[in-house]
Amino acid sequence: MSKNSWILYIGILVFGLVAPFIFPAFKVQLSILCVLIVLATTWNIQGGEMGYNTFGNILFYGLGMYLCASVQVGMFFPLAEWTESGGEKTFVHTPSQFFQGMAVGLVVAAVVPTIVAGLIGYAILGLRGHYFAICTLGLGVAAGEISGGIEIIGAGQGFTTPPFPNIGGLEARGEFFYFLSFGALVLTFIAVRAIYTTRFRLILNAIRDNEDKAEAMGIETMKYKITGWMISAFFCGLAGGIMGGLVGYIDSTDVAFDGREMGVFMVLMAILGGKGTLWGPIIGATLFHFFKEGFWTFFLGWQYVALGVLIVVIVIYFPEGLMGWLREKYPERFGEVVDEADRKAQVELK
Amino acid sequence: MDFLVFQYPMITIQACLDGLLLGILFALIAYGMALQWGVMNIINIAQGDLVILGGYIAYFMYLYGIHPAWGVIVSPIIMYFVGIAIYKLVINKVVDRDLFISILATFGISILFMQLMNFAFGADVVLANSGYGTTMLFDNNVVLPNSKIFSAFISILFAICLVVYMKRSKLGRAIRATAQNARAAKILGVDTEKVYAATFGINAALCGVAGALISITFTIHPYMGLPYTIRSFMIVIVAGLGNLPGVAMSGMGLGIFEEFADYILGTEFRIGSVFLLLVLILVYRRFKLSRKREYLK
Repeated sequence: MSKNSWILYIGILVFGLVAPFIFPAFKVQLSILCVLIVLATTWNIQGGEMGYNTFGNILFYGLGMYLCASVQVGMFFPLAEWTESGGEKTFVHTPSQFFQGMAVGLVVAAVVPTIVAGLIGYAILGLRGHYFAICTLGLGVAAGEISGGIEIIGAGQGFTTPPFPNIGGLEARGEFFYFLSFGALVLTFIAVRAIYTTRFRLILNAIRDNEDKAEAMGIETMKYKITGWMISAFFCGLAGGIMGGLVGYIDSTDVAFDGREMGVFMVLMAILGGKGTLWGPIIGATLFHFFKEGFWTFFLGWQYVALGVLIVVIVIYFPEGLMGWLREKYPERFGEVVDEADRKAQVELK
Repeated sequence: MDFLVFQYPMITIQACLDGLLLGILFALIAYGMALQWGVMNIINIAQGDLVILGGYIAYFMYLYGIHPAWGVIVSPIIMYFVGIAIYKLVINKVVDRDLFISILATFGISILFMQLMNFAFGADVVLANSGYGTTMLFDNNVVLPNSKIFSAFISILFAICLVVYMKRSKLGRAIRATAQNARAAKILGVDTEKVYAATFGINAALCGVAGALISITFTIHPYMGLPYTIRSFMIVIVAGLGNLPGVAMSGMGLGIFEEFADYILGTEFRIGSVFLLLVLILVYRRFKLSRKREYLK
């Protein structure tokens, strides 16, 4: 790692740490941005590096969301009564209960989806191409529909996550969730970056380029595919758990297993930035979040129309994404970020 | 097991008949999907939304006092041009590309349509009342709305017409030639661009017919499109491309499965069970194929 990239990383880290104090009004938006980046980066492990275009990572996100909230409530109070009482809180978490519940909940929210991914991975990841895409799409929607029928997690009426304890009010709540999601982002980035410097990434790329050939070369592709999916599931579940607490209300099809929004967003963000790169999904997610907030603010009511048009335009005119386009257009003139990624990719190819 | 289905055989008959009539409709939609999949190698996620749009056309005729059954003729004509427009604007740019690009592009169209329909027609569940009455069978134990019988009849009629058209007409031959080998067809003077546009238009028209029938027999709602897409995809992969009797059979099978899932698991799990069945079928298919691969080794 060169000196310049260290400066870049430390700069971003410092910016991330002081951002909620510079822009206090945008704390929630910044936390959502962190979650979006986590989702896009982990989608990229499948879609970009491995060539398995999944719509199903939303499954782990939603699972994490429900698990975190359920554990947080269920550790101290009966879960069924909590969901039955709906909005009116009959139970109140003390601060220590809240934070303990959140900590345990996040661990469960990250670990259980990982196990689920490992269990279903063998069956699902054997599918190829569009069969895999449609199958994972079905998986996400099925999870949403089925969780919408289960009474103990609120069924159709939704699940209210434990409210933030009464210390420091909204400010403290925003800061807590911001640092939680920023922590998840940093963790994801470090993990993914570490993975991308190992042989593992080369194997994933080999699977993307020609799976049969990779198999013929003696690589146990299934093992690596499942491992890749489990890594994605871990961070997706974590992001889901944080997002559940941040939103404060979980609905089966509109918040948790929201294939129409989050499930497409993560694909779109990675493609917008340029899939198959480390920085692409991050840049894509940041840009996309600005776009999205712009749409949601200025075209309120028309935001999905704008979103649909955006998807079509990105897919037709920018299938290589921003990074791919820039790299093609200005191979030398582009800033450090791309050069770094580019050089690294070339070194790894040799 | 004290499910009603097992205690009263009449409910079983009811579910089977309902499922059969429903499944014929599904098969019609699936036929459109098989057509464009075979010819253009595109999986259209917006298929279900085209169906719903076709349904709204019939519903609007009903609102303006025209009998909604005429929608069966009007809606495919309008939908044909909608299909051509979609092809010219979006699909022709993604035809030769990676399949995932086309899935994502049509997903975008699907979201767009969903929301435009939501604006234009409102988010209410609507149905066009045909006033056809009901038929009672087996001592009034089994109730069949005549509209369902009508819709099954019309679906079969359209399917037969289409098969004959594909076999006999010049365009039908061109479509089949393009499906077999697009490049060879081009060399022999087939305007494949035109064939693709026509295929997409015919698919949209079929969706229009199915939508009009659905608006008469069931209900329509702007967000109900995706399940129809998934159903038709499922039917096509079970039957295989270009296997028309198979499409009809698996369509009816899916219809019966859904009715039983509705009775046994409850209505709230109906859509969920469809999607879960899709996953199970794909996984089953994967293991079957992998066994074949090992055998080849």
